[in-house]
Amino acid sequence: MSPAISSTAYLVSSVLFILALKRLSHPRTAVRGNLMGALGMLLAIVVTVKIAIDRPDISGSGYWLIGIGLAIGSIAGAIAAIKVPMTGMPQMVGLLNGFGGGASLLVAAAELVTKTHEEGWSAQSDISFFIGATFVAGLIGAVTFFGSLVAAGKLQELKWVPNGNIIPAQQLVNGLLFALCLGGAAWATYNPAMQWLFWPVVILASVLGVFVTCPIGGADMPVVICLLNSYSGMAASATGFVTKNDGLIIAGSLVGSSGIILCQIMCKAMNRSLTNVLFGKLGTTTGGASSDDVYKGKVKSAGPDELGMLFDTARRVVIVPGYGLAVSQAQHAVRELANALEAKGVEVEYGIHPVAGRMPGHMNVLLAEANIPYEKVREMDDINPSFAQTDVAIVIGANDVVNPLARTDPKSPIAGMPILDVDKARTVIVVKRSLSPGFAGIPNPLFAADNTLMYFGDGKKAILDLVAAIKAG
Amino acid sequence: MSGIGIILANAAGASESLSASSPALMFVAAVTVFTLATFIGFEVITKVPPTLHTPLMSGSNAISGITIIGAILVAGMKLKWYTSVFGVIAIGFAMINVVGGFLVTHRMLGMFKRKG
Repeated sequence: MSPAISSTAYLVSSVLFILALKRLSHPRTAVRGNLMGALGMLLAIVVTVKIAIDRPDISGSGYWLIGIGLAIGSIAGAIAAIKVPMTGMPQMVGLLNGFGGGASLLVAAAELVTKTHEEGWSAQSDISFFIGATFVAGLIGAVTFFGSLVAAGKLQELKWVPNGNIIPAQQLVNGLLFALCLGGAAWATYNPAMQWLFWPVVILASVLGVFVTCPIGGADMPVVICLLNSYSGMAASATGFVTKNDGLIIAGSLVGSSGIILCQIMCKAMNRSLTNVLFGKLGTTTGGASSDDVYKGKVKSAGPDELGMLFDTARRVVIVPGYGLAVSQAQHAVRELANALEAKGVEVEYGIHPVAGRMPGHMNVLLAEANIPYEKVREMDDINPSFAQTDVAIVIGANDVVNPLARTDPKSPIAGMPILDVDKARTVIVVKRSLSPGFAGIPNPLFAADNTLMYFGDGKKAILDLVAAIKAG
Repeated sequence: MSGIGIILANAAGASESLSASSPALMFVAAVTVFTLATFIGFEVITKVPPTLHTPLMSGSNAISGITIIGAILVAGMKLKWYTSVFGVIAIGFAMINVVGGFLVTHRMLGMFKRKG
């Protein structure tokens, strides 16, 4: 196949990828958009296989190797995609990020070996460009692969994945590791004879990936997943620089920018900078009220029958889900609750905080799985003004994102973080297992507010009991 | 080769002719493509609503499986046994991304329904 034809095919693939992302701007067009993306990928793969088998130097086993790789990857990918529960999407996306980075790393490594076996390779005019790109692809790929494995392990709540710093002065060590990686890459770019530094750099980058991801806690996971998503794109882009392939550069940079944008949205929703999420700790509570001061004698709890009666006079109910909804798999129970309320003529809507759950849009997917129409699932800024006209707000497994301290206490570690103003509703029901603090580690005055009723229990069972009470009442 | 980029770099005033591929021009061409594509990415992705952010991530995972292009070319080459091994593993990883990414995105998007 002539390079002109193959380049054109890669261009068509790139256009299809862009159109695919463009069509993700609305749920109605998104399904076809995704199919266009898949078509673009199919085109790129077919063209590349044709190029590979047309080459005179293809080995007899080459056909087999390509076929085996494609078959195993397809089967494994299909099984994972069909089996994964919607609550497990963060882990799935985490793993996929890692595989993307790992693939880019391996391609860069193989290209380096190939190049350095050419006659007189070190005198080629573009050698610095090539070596530099190879090292960058290896560096980002290794950080992405190992960082993503750790992130996915944490999301899966594997006990052996370490939390917190592994060694003393880890920030310093991380900085040193990163400097060594960059130094190695720069040295080899300047002096191609140092190309053997590739593997040392990759090993240091792998350690760096693990070290950077380990200390990051649960509620910061959305940011890390977005960042690793971005890295997997940048690694692909760097591989495009290595192989001088525009298709790779374009597709990779689309993914790279996507991850960065999501990262920015997540950080803004937490009122923290990216540096603060990655390297800082949430400010420790200084002089804030202890949970005893906030809760003692003020918390009112209620059971399903009492709560069920609240809805007899309610006209508008807003449900606010958090990570607890995913943990207790309560999305279908929530749908039943909405059905029961709507049967009584109550208007039901849903308010989603951008960082609810463990990845961007996590709650929306869970509610969509339970057949809740997406028009009723509203964004924070959109739904906040309506809480004053809401009779009952039901908070399920959320804590920090509804903590009014973010608005009122400038010393609080979550000060300035935008929250869902559920406290402005006439009555607030908080479904929660206990009064334990959220990720920020601070008490939540909402739980002790005059208009709040605590409904203690596992999310799913609590909601189902409430549904039974409403139906009986 | 970095065809589009070389044309764009020329249009942008790079002095070498199309046939020339000095390393510097090649680098500029690649950076040109990278920069423009990043801008397109920013423009397109800021329009994706938060409701679809999870499908966006899994779908972009699938797109980052584009590394498969490099992986296929490497795996088919006869050089060292270990480059073939790298190539096959890379194809497998990238293909998990491609098939798993597009399929799970399709599954998710199918769940988003309107009223009634």
